[in-house]
Amino acid sequence: MALLTKKDANLIIDPLADNNPITIQVLGICSALAITAELKASVVMALSVIFVMGVGNVVISLMRNIIPSKIRIIVQLVVIAALVIVVDQVLKAFAYELSKTLAVFVGLIITNCIIMGRFEAFALGNGPWRSFLDGIGNALGYGVILIIVGFFRELLGSGTLFGYPVLGDPIGKTGLYSIGYENNGFMILPPAALIVVGIIIWVQRSRNTALIEEN
Amino acid sequence: MSEKRLTIKKRLHIIKHRLRGNKMAPAFSAFHTFLFTPDETTHSGSHIRSADDLKRTMNMVIMALIPVLLFSFFNTGYQHFAAIDAASGTPRVVSLWENFLTWENFWLGFKLVMPLVIISYGVGLLVEFIFAVIKGHEVEEGYLVTGMLVPLIVPIDTPLWMLAVAVVFGVVIGKEVFGGTGMNILNPALTIRAFLFFAYPTWMSGDKVWVHGAVARTGTPDAISGETILGSLAQNNAYDYSTADMFFGFIPGSVGETSAFLILLGGLFLIFSKIASWRIMVSAVLGALAMGLIFNGVVDMGWIGEGSSFYSLMNFEFWKHLIVGGLAFGIVYMATDPVTGSQTNRGKWFYGFLIGFLSVMIRVFNPAYPEGVFLAILLMNVFAPTIDHYVVRGNVNRRLKRMKAATIYPKITDGKSEELKAETV
Repeated sequence: MALLTKKDANLIIDPLADNNPITIQVLGICSALAITAELKASVVMALSVIFVMGVGNVVISLMRNIIPSKIRIIVQLVVIAALVIVVDQVLKAFAYELSKTLAVFVGLIITNCIIMGRFEAFALGNGPWRSFLDGIGNALGYGVILIIVGFFRELLGSGTLFGYPVLGDPIGKTGLYSIGYENNGFMILPPAALIVVGIIIWVQRSRNTALIEEN
Repeated sequence: MSEKRLTIKKRLHIIKHRLRGNKMAPAFSAFHTFLFTPDETTHSGSHIRSADDLKRTMNMVIMALIPVLLFSFFNTGYQHFAAIDAASGTPRVVSLWENFLTWENFWLGFKLVMPLVIISYGVGLLVEFIFAVIKGHEVEEGYLVTGMLVPLIVPIDTPLWMLAVAVVFGVVIGKEVFGGTGMNILNPALTIRAFLFFAYPTWMSGDKVWVHGAVARTGTPDAISGETILGSLAQNNAYDYSTADMFFGFIPGSVGETSAFLILLGGLFLIFSKIASWRIMVSAVLGALAMGLIFNGVVDMGWIGEGSSFYSLMNFEFWKHLIVGGLAFGIVYMATDPVTGSQTNRGKWFYGFLIGFLSVMIRVFNPAYPEGVFLAILLMNVFAPTIDHYVVRGNVNRRLKRMKAATIYPKITDGKSEELKAETV
């Protein structure tokens, strides 16, 4: 990594694993439950958040010295809202069906605590380049979990990946379905996402016991 | 017996000591303690000696379940042949000796129910063993009862792999993640049932799953069906089972839930052996009757017409709710689970009452599935600690009040004497 110093690289790598916004900080759970029934929606949501956080962190970082601290939340909200509307309009223009699936949850990126959290905790105190890396890193950490959850939920719940029937045809009884396999309807319901996220947290903590808090 | 000859018991103890610290130690001692009392003694503190340990408790519940299991063999076969007769135009009238307790019925039921039992125990105990070996603790007995309950609360034709998946889910997510036996919030058997219901609803509801062969024969000239009574009522259809059929259990339903009579006997056995709480059972029955009466009242007042989709279920005589569906089974064997239920006596009344009350309510209003016992018990499992908390708080407050009224404070108050008073009042 000639481009990045080690310190900078950690900004991206840390949130992917040991400081993951979803599994360690347990933020942004709402959208992780709501839109992960399909892998495609998870990927689009991840990309949207990467865009909003990357750009948003840079904007806030550039403005950090001129924002009066008493109204900084409002300023942050305006920045996020502007970026989210851009994402929303792009989706509506180029991927209308998908934007219907994601429905209100693109708009609700505004209230995603991960974004506000990084603005407050990082962008307000660091330069634009480092803020950019931090934003991308955290959004990637969020996106990775979304995609893992989406993968399992779509595979087990619908037997498809990105809409392609990978396990065979449930109605024509081909592939796995010919030997009596059936889709697990529970995985399509939002509580399944909570359980999958819980299992990811469980696995992560048992692999890295330093993450377990002392009682 | 000469002194040199070793008894089996002695030999097992020797093996046990050799295995100490070994990975297989928990697995060995699980079997060992199943047969013999361990030779360990504790060295400090005071102890209560009682024959009533966890394994004994579990065995009593299993004994109470044996009649239900035996009955389920016969009923499975009976329902299958009765449905075939009904499809060919000659409906059967049940007669205990002539067409119910027959070898034919028993053998068919045995062949169908035993695989469910074996899968339930095999998979469940395997998961327990794996967890015990990884975590290095003793294998816990908690699965003994769960493993027996599970096959009794599923439809007869549940595919075995589905049951296996559900058992893994139920034991891991329902129990082991919370720390194993005694730590679980939800009843593991009902977690398994709920998982099956939400994951594979086509195998858990409808008019085909309750009788063996009905799913496989769909669309063929031999098609048969067996709707449960509640299922018929939910569609405002008539059912042709007598009240005696319902009470003794000659009706379609999940494997072991049908015979209210045998469940009642099992319940009495559990009450008199002091294994299960009579408070929970009685209050749950009262709750179910109360809700049933309310619904009957709604119909009597004319607030709901015959056209309503709830009419038949609401018009069902309130006491009959107790003898159809899984309500009796749930109240006797599931709601009384000492781990997931309320612990305080006063709390047990609330807990049980709400289980009965909500069961009948969900039964009537659930559009997808006319049964609600498992949902009601799971819901109340979640609330049981809250109920206990308020019961305990209420007790503390009452005693504090009594103390204030009764205590004449000592003149020198150094704090300590006051505390002493508070405890003795």
